[in-house]
Amino acid sequence: MDRDQPSLTDYQPVLLANVGVEGSHTRAVYEARGGYATLRRVLRECSPKQVMEAVRSSGLRGRGGAGFPTGLKWSFLPADHPGPVYLCVNADESEPGTFCNRVLMEHDPHQVLEGTILSSFATRASTAYIYLRYEYPLSLRRLQQAIDECYEAGYLGRNILGSDFSLDIYIHRGAAAYICGEETGLIESLEGRRAWPRIKPPFPAVEGLFRKPTVVNNVETLACVRHILERGLEWFRSLGTPPDPANPQDAGSLGPKLYCVSGHVRRPGCYEGPLGIPCRRVIDEWGGGVWKGRKVKAVVPGGLSTGLLTADELDVPMDFKGPVQVGCLGLGTAGVIVMDETCSMIDFLYNSCRFFAHESCGQCTPCREGTSWALRIVERIKAGDGRLRDLDLLLEIADGMGIIPGTTICGLADGAAWPIKNAIRKFRLEFEDFIRRTNPQGYLATHPVPALSGRAMPRLEITWPPSGTSDGNPVTAATGSPSPWRKTIPLE
Amino acid sequence: MAEQDSEQPIAPETEEAIRWLFGRYPTRRALVLPALHLIQERLGGVPAAAVRHLARILELPAPEIQDTLSFYGFFKQDGRIGRYRIWVCRSLSCAICGGEDLLGYLTEKLGIQPGQTTPDGLFTLEHAECLGACDFAPAVLVNEELYPKMDREKLDRLLAELAAPAHPATAGATNNA
Repeated sequence: MDRDQPSLTDYQPVLLANVGVEGSHTRAVYEARGGYATLRRVLRECSPKQVMEAVRSSGLRGRGGAGFPTGLKWSFLPADHPGPVYLCVNADESEPGTFCNRVLMEHDPHQVLEGTILSSFATRASTAYIYLRYEYPLSLRRLQQAIDECYEAGYLGRNILGSDFSLDIYIHRGAAAYICGEETGLIESLEGRRAWPRIKPPFPAVEGLFRKPTVVNNVETLACVRHILERGLEWFRSLGTPPDPANPQDAGSLGPKLYCVSGHVRRPGCYEGPLGIPCRRVIDEWGGGVWKGRKVKAVVPGGLSTGLLTADELDVPMDFKGPVQVGCLGLGTAGVIVMDETCSMIDFLYNSCRFFAHESCGQCTPCREGTSWALRIVERIKAGDGRLRDLDLLLEIADGMGIIPGTTICGLADGAAWPIKNAIRKFRLEFEDFIRRTNPQGYLATHPVPALSGRAMPRLEITWPPSGTSDGNPVTAATGSPSPWRKTIPLE
Repeated sequence: MAEQDSEQPIAPETEEAIRWLFGRYPTRRALVLPALHLIQERLGGVPAAAVRHLARILELPAPEIQDTLSFYGFFKQDGRIGRYRIWVCRSLSCAICGGEDLLGYLTEKLGIQPGQTTPDGLFTLEHAECLGACDFAPAVLVNEELYPKMDREKLDRLLAELAAPAHPATAGATNNA
């Protein structure tokens, strides 16, 4: 291994340092390993402004998917607001392929809390809500225990450690809705409403939870804050991809990052390294390579929303710019999902479309209709009634929905569109071949057809047009079923 | 209507638990989700009468609570959730490692569709959109416990254990009203 590529196993984990240690979720073990020393020091020596400045200079970017600079987000808070200011911990980690927040909350909840307390101090928040997804019951138990321990130790409550800083932290449990991970969807949900993202501006920092200034940060982002204050800016900025000096807009990709590897690999799991590790090394060195001695076919780089890498694109660095260079949406959450050579891209796209059609909140028409119609078209292709024309239709839908084309309030639709665009543009031959083979009579057809295939949905007996086609033969849906159980599963 | 409005399906202890949370939020409306969780844990669902009762507790119009509730497929209004709510993950990592097959297997084995409950009230089957346990694919969540790396045999054993009257969790299951 050359000098530019030190072994990933040489990296000393920071965020995961306590994971695997007996009793790592307890305050006793956390403190014995140096926990809360930073909080004590900061409350003694620093002003909120200094903490904010440290986070800004570190170049820390949000770990939840969008990569927005954390210090910049905090700086939008009005300086002279009478308060209260709220901090929301975004623990609604729902992006398929992502589980690093779960690992942190289950194995090192005090690290998350220390980061939250420090960040609340910096932003002058007096109440922090941890919006925790329903699906993490162990995280709930561990976090609640950790919060109770913090109150006992005086790390939470009134006049923390004798300072004039007071903070309460409450866990707010979600109800299994992906959209609650969008920061204003999260706020709406916390307020007791349906999780419909808000139109911005105003941004949450100006008018957020209960119409007060609010910061929403991801669990991993907050954990990073502790280490920035403990180890210093130089340490943080020594990791990752530095900003491009030729581009003043580039904030770089600095600091440690948790990578999740899952799917068809030998050692699925959560691993820590500097930002910018090439995707191939993540898969081979941490993930142990593709399972069963097979070859990689496609890889989701950073959670389902980010799209697909082909086997030829695996050398992209996993930093905020890397996956974009090969047409992906972004780094996302660095949740890598590996698919081996036996995986059908039609099945991939069906899975992806089903997820986003289920999780679209229904507020914006392009997303609600786009995700739902995309699913129905892919369902029909999968059932053997696809036409080549459908591929362009899918691309047209995908290109038209999202923040990037400017048609939706939040980025869910961009995340729904990217798998469609990448799957079809990068694996078009496979789609065309599948359509030709499964629909040899009709693959060239361009006339309107029912979106739902009778073969996939035998409960519906679809005839189109109602009186039969121009040549007199009714196009009636066949009732065969691709697998024995599918016939009983209704479409969402 | 007057008769319905006098219904008190939320037990006094549950109402107490809801009121205990009031101090955490500056508005009553923010209690909607925590309260719905508490109600569903105890009643196995949130029937319309409970929504009206909750509306009186939170001093909100009932349709506003209903509006929020209906957004989250998590809360059930018709029928009770079984003693064990089984969430089978069908998102990508689990799906390509056998999750889809497990979901199909369970629909056949239990004779119910996702969203339905077995006639004996023991099991409710659900598909989950990413349990965040991709490192344990295919993963299954039963009430508050995650079961990693499942296959058909493990599911058979788990279901048999849960159905056995001697199972310790059966006595303390979350949904005994």
